[in-house]
Amino acid sequence: MKVGLFIPCYVDAFFPEVGIATLEILERCGLDVAYPLDQTCCGQPMGNSGCQEDAAPAEALFVKNFKEFDYIVGPSGSCVHHIRAHFDAIPQTEEVTKLRAATYELVEFLHDVVKLKAFPWAEFPHKVGLHNSCSTLRALRTASASEIDEPPFSKPMNLLRQVRGIEFVTPARPDECCGFGGTFSVFEEPVSAKMGYDKVNDHARAGAEYIVSADMSCLMHQKGCAERLGVGVKFIHIAQILNGARA
Amino acid sequence: MKRLDHAEAASRFIASTAHEAFHDQRLWDLRQKRDREAHHIPEWEALRELASAIKEHTLSNLAGYLEAFERNATANGVKVHWARDAAEHNQIVHDILSERSAKTLVKSKSMLTEECDMRPFLEARGIEVIETDLGERIQQLDDEPPSHIVVPAVHKLRGDVSEVFARTLGTEPGNEDVHYLAESQRRTTRPYFLAAEAGMTGANFAVAETGAFVVCTNEGNADLSANLPKLHIASIGIEKLIPRTEHLGVFIRLLSRSALGSPITQYTSHFRSPREGAEMHIVLVDHGRSARLGMADFWPALKCIRCGACMNTCPVYRRSGGLSYGATYSGPIGVIIDPTFDIRKYSNLPFASTLNGSCTSVCPVKINIHEQIYKWRRVMSEKRQLPLVKKATMKAAGQVFGSPRLYRAAISATGMAIEGLPRFAIYNWFNKWGRQREVPDAPEATFRAWYLKNRGGR
Repeated sequence: MKVGLFIPCYVDAFFPEVGIATLEILERCGLDVAYPLDQTCCGQPMGNSGCQEDAAPAEALFVKNFKEFDYIVGPSGSCVHHIRAHFDAIPQTEEVTKLRAATYELVEFLHDVVKLKAFPWAEFPHKVGLHNSCSTLRALRTASASEIDEPPFSKPMNLLRQVRGIEFVTPARPDECCGFGGTFSVFEEPVSAKMGYDKVNDHARAGAEYIVSADMSCLMHQKGCAERLGVGVKFIHIAQILNGARA
Repeated sequence: MKRLDHAEAASRFIASTAHEAFHDQRLWDLRQKRDREAHHIPEWEALRELASAIKEHTLSNLAGYLEAFERNATANGVKVHWARDAAEHNQIVHDILSERSAKTLVKSKSMLTEECDMRPFLEARGIEVIETDLGERIQQLDDEPPSHIVVPAVHKLRGDVSEVFARTLGTEPGNEDVHYLAESQRRTTRPYFLAAEAGMTGANFAVAETGAFVVCTNEGNADLSANLPKLHIASIGIEKLIPRTEHLGVFIRLLSRSALGSPITQYTSHFRSPREGAEMHIVLVDHGRSARLGMADFWPALKCIRCGACMNTCPVYRRSGGLSYGATYSGPIGVIIDPTFDIRKYSNLPFASTLNGSCTSVCPVKINIHEQIYKWRRVMSEKRQLPLVKKATMKAAGQVFGSPRLYRAAISATGMAIEGLPRFAIYNWFNKWGRQREVPDAPEATFRAWYLKNRGGR
């Protein structure tokens, strides 16, 4: 099984440790993982802004980089959802549709494809609040959403529960969007920041030392809010915890 | 028409911290009550499917159902009128009133009459119009449109209501007791019910097979408006049709649970024919609905039963207040309907969303609201409605992300992934990001650089 490692642009530029953790955990699974060196972005910023035609070069490049792989795995629910749902600025050849379906978010890949059941190397002795991004919650459906009448389930929790010493706290509004929203964070700055403030305060009130998520973009926004507010919550990507980070 | 600036209006709402906090919590409470009610009903998701299918079927055969409705309502002794647009609607209503020398109209809440701007039209022609729904009356007295389609004054605190009533109804200044305030409104409205020559309601559902219509309210004001005067006019959007009475069993179960988290509204009133010695008129209104029905991506918005659940769950709406949308319809449903009325004015609204999708999950008729918001963004770009800065930024970003060389040059220069963009775009971006948030620190090396160093042999 050949796995292409998809590291979104903002992770490459700002959070290399998340990319490293993702790579290492896939290697721990014994998979043949490679990182195509010419990758840039999935095209989401342009698509999200309505400028789908401007996403075409990024999409074509993505296909060129990843067409050889059986699976494409990335540590970002939002980017993976974009590829699955909105990656249509270029002609939808069989190669493109196959690639879109083969693109996985890290948690669902570990949970559904690798079926990894144990993380003996992982220990995280902290109080943790889980933030499911809206893309993972309502689009990729890696967890149940509170407003939908369905039996509760959570793939990220199934994985995190295997980590030694970890303790979970639940905010009052666990499913509430944090207000990042990609370009929304800038175009609707007042609402975005207010939502971010409410989110980090909610987690802090619940007693979280760390907020963990499968989406670093949500965490980048929340971290910026917490630092400005002076709320002492820390932020960590789920890949880092599952790969054995202690803090 | 000038482009509406939702972000700016929202920032003013957020600046009033007490209002924003109350508004957010009040509507979140409604969302939670809705969850509790919905989760009590094992077949809830099946009901949503059914409601969606009934609406889709009706909309796909709308002409036939409208004609059947007209036929059956006429046979019941009701006079049916057709209005192509707001102007025709207002004229029809005015003609009915003036032919009978009616000077006062008591009415229950109707978003359709808001859409048509009916009140100012009638008032300019010497007809006094009294809103009898408490929230709608507060908004009328304060000369503001409703900010929410179900709870029109939800953006006001009790102190605001006290101030409005003291100024307009002569209540005791500073008295914020809710019972006192509600009772004062009731007492000042009652005489109008008794004196008015005409009453008006909207309709939640119009049943094709019987020619009857149904009005769901909690205050009983619609029943007084309809039953005390000798003339009852009902303004009904053509999308309110359902084929048969039995279908009400689906919609009534969904409506109030979705809206307020209550099993049913206090009053579910069925109107079929005029009382003896009284008249009943129905105005069937299009006002852009036929055109919307012809829009391949956006017609499902016509399934809407106006419950407001999408607004209550929307984290953006809860923080920005309904008036920030500058339109008859606010929140997620407003975002997908308003541009059909004025694409230029409402071209920013599809961006007043994080695309979180919660609206779609709660919609009782399964409108794909967040997907339509995404599609509206594309339409705004295609129809050249985006601000020039946004368009230029995305064009430049598209070029950078399309080229490994440009992308690497951009991030190696400063550690910032968007350095390749034009300077004005960068400043605009970082100014806004950094106004209330810290900017992430640039690491020593990118992931790619780490990978080359540590897995370089591959």
